[in-house]
Amino acid sequence: MDSANISLKPEAFSDLDWEKIRADFPILKLKIDGKPLIYLDNAASSQMPQQVIDRLVRYQTTQHANINRAVHYLSEVATMEYHKARCKLQQFINAREDREIIFTSGTTDSINLVMHGYGRKFIKAGDEIILTTLEHHSNIVPWQMLANEKGAKIRVVPINDKGELEVDEYEKLFNERTKFVGLIHVSNALGTINPIKRMIDFAHQHGVPVLIDGAQAAPHIIVDVQALDCDFYAFSAHKLCGPTGVGILYGKAALLEAMQPFKGGGDMIASVSFEKTTYNTIPHKFEAGTPPIAAAIGFGAAIDYLMAIGIKSIAAYELALLDYATECLNEIPGVRIIGTAAEKTAVISFTIDGIHPHDIGTILNQDGIAVRTGHHCAQPVMQRFKVPATSRASFAFYNRKTEVDALIAGIKTVQKVFL
Amino acid sequence: MVTKSLYQEVILDHNRKPRNYGKLDYASHHAVGHNPLCGDRLDITLQLENDQINNIAFEGESCAICKASASMMTAAVKGRSRLDAEILIHEFRELATGKLDIDHPHHLGRLTIFSGIRDLPTRVKCAILPWHTLQAALNSIDNASTENNDSAQAVSSKL
Repeated sequence: MDSANISLKPEAFSDLDWEKIRADFPILKLKIDGKPLIYLDNAASSQMPQQVIDRLVRYQTTQHANINRAVHYLSEVATMEYHKARCKLQQFINAREDREIIFTSGTTDSINLVMHGYGRKFIKAGDEIILTTLEHHSNIVPWQMLANEKGAKIRVVPINDKGELEVDEYEKLFNERTKFVGLIHVSNALGTINPIKRMIDFAHQHGVPVLIDGAQAAPHIIVDVQALDCDFYAFSAHKLCGPTGVGILYGKAALLEAMQPFKGGGDMIASVSFEKTTYNTIPHKFEAGTPPIAAAIGFGAAIDYLMAIGIKSIAAYELALLDYATECLNEIPGVRIIGTAAEKTAVISFTIDGIHPHDIGTILNQDGIAVRTGHHCAQPVMQRFKVPATSRASFAFYNRKTEVDALIAGIKTVQKVFL
Repeated sequence: MVTKSLYQEVILDHNRKPRNYGKLDYASHHAVGHNPLCGDRLDITLQLENDQINNIAFEGESCAICKASASMMTAAVKGRSRLDAEILIHEFRELATGKLDIDHPHHLGRLTIFSGIRDLPTRVKCAILPWHTLQAALNSIDNASTENNDSAQAVSSKL
């Protein structure tokens, strides 16, 4: 089971001092117009603990230089710290080798890298790419661009009324023209955890490689790329308490080696003349130009921070919040939860009868409550449920039960305004 | 607080019971407005005769701010000349983007209820979409978007 960790009993996290953990996040002390900030937009971006902020400051004040170049002291230190960050990511997802971790600017960049590096080299006219209804636009648009360029075709896996993938339908989509699968691990719009292990295995029986968009999964589920046997796995630092502007692409070494480079420039070459350029080895082949060194090192610090708490404990704590919030929301007449999959992360998309999500978001904001409203960059999901948009509360391990209560009170206020 | 003053009874009333809601059977001018950021859509039909707006209607999917703005807009321009409507369009955009000094003479009347929107940059487009669409209809442009013309850029630069 992909998500065995989320069925943990509450005892799994009860020995941790969650209030003490919460105190690590300085931004949570903010007041919005006199009201304490209640930050429930963690699926869009999570907040950063002091430990990561301090690491960024330490790097910038004592360790910064460009990497992989000069022989001077600072360059050596920065190169080493950047490499250490890569190794932390390798351990975090249990990759076989550190060279299988490529630093990118984020999940979107990672997916575009695979599209250009793998897709443009290996996908041809008439080939088929399987995606799902749950994909974020970032795992739809690059493949559409490729399909248009090559004359390839996109096939889409449907979802049921609970927001779960119809895996039987997925399996029926395979044929001899199927050449690639792009699959979101956890839906950003609904929180659905997809049975990716089973889907990866099925694709591999047909010799088809699979890219997993793990942007919403990595913060909440233990990811073991060797156990999953996925070919590519992508996620961003800023959803894992790290900085914006950095993410990773994991790829199996043999695939990365077979791929063509995405961006050309410095660092990605072994030698250059005007007649011929020889590309560098992986991961450098895919890291053209000066990478986001500080952000990558901050990413490493965020991984240290999360691993010290433990993803299992985080998942169990968040699941308890999800269960409580779901129960409370279900008790409010006129509120409808969109996405009721059996396996979910702590994301609740909802609508309120007769009230547009943007009005909900604006009125909740007046109580200091931050939720996301809109289509969540997942318009196919909105179309499937026949709603233009939803409001989305997404929880992190630093959220409190009392913040769920505040959300519920806020929703009742919204309903009163529109009575 | 801004939002409290924004969601006033007048706006809520126009949201509940929008005026001139629907589609004219015989329209001389028509435009559909989109806000691609939130998926809101507004359909405006109007009858323009001798440069006078004899009738106008709107329908679509949108938030309360957008719907109330559209409702109050149709009420304000119905029976007025094209020039009057264009003055109102200009003044409303200036109001929503915080560029209009409401202590100086203007023609907006109760529409100044939307002045608080200038403090909510993400919602400015909601209020402006109907006006934008009206302008497109008057200029016989079938499609308007909050994202692709001069006034949209004015909004963006405010953001």
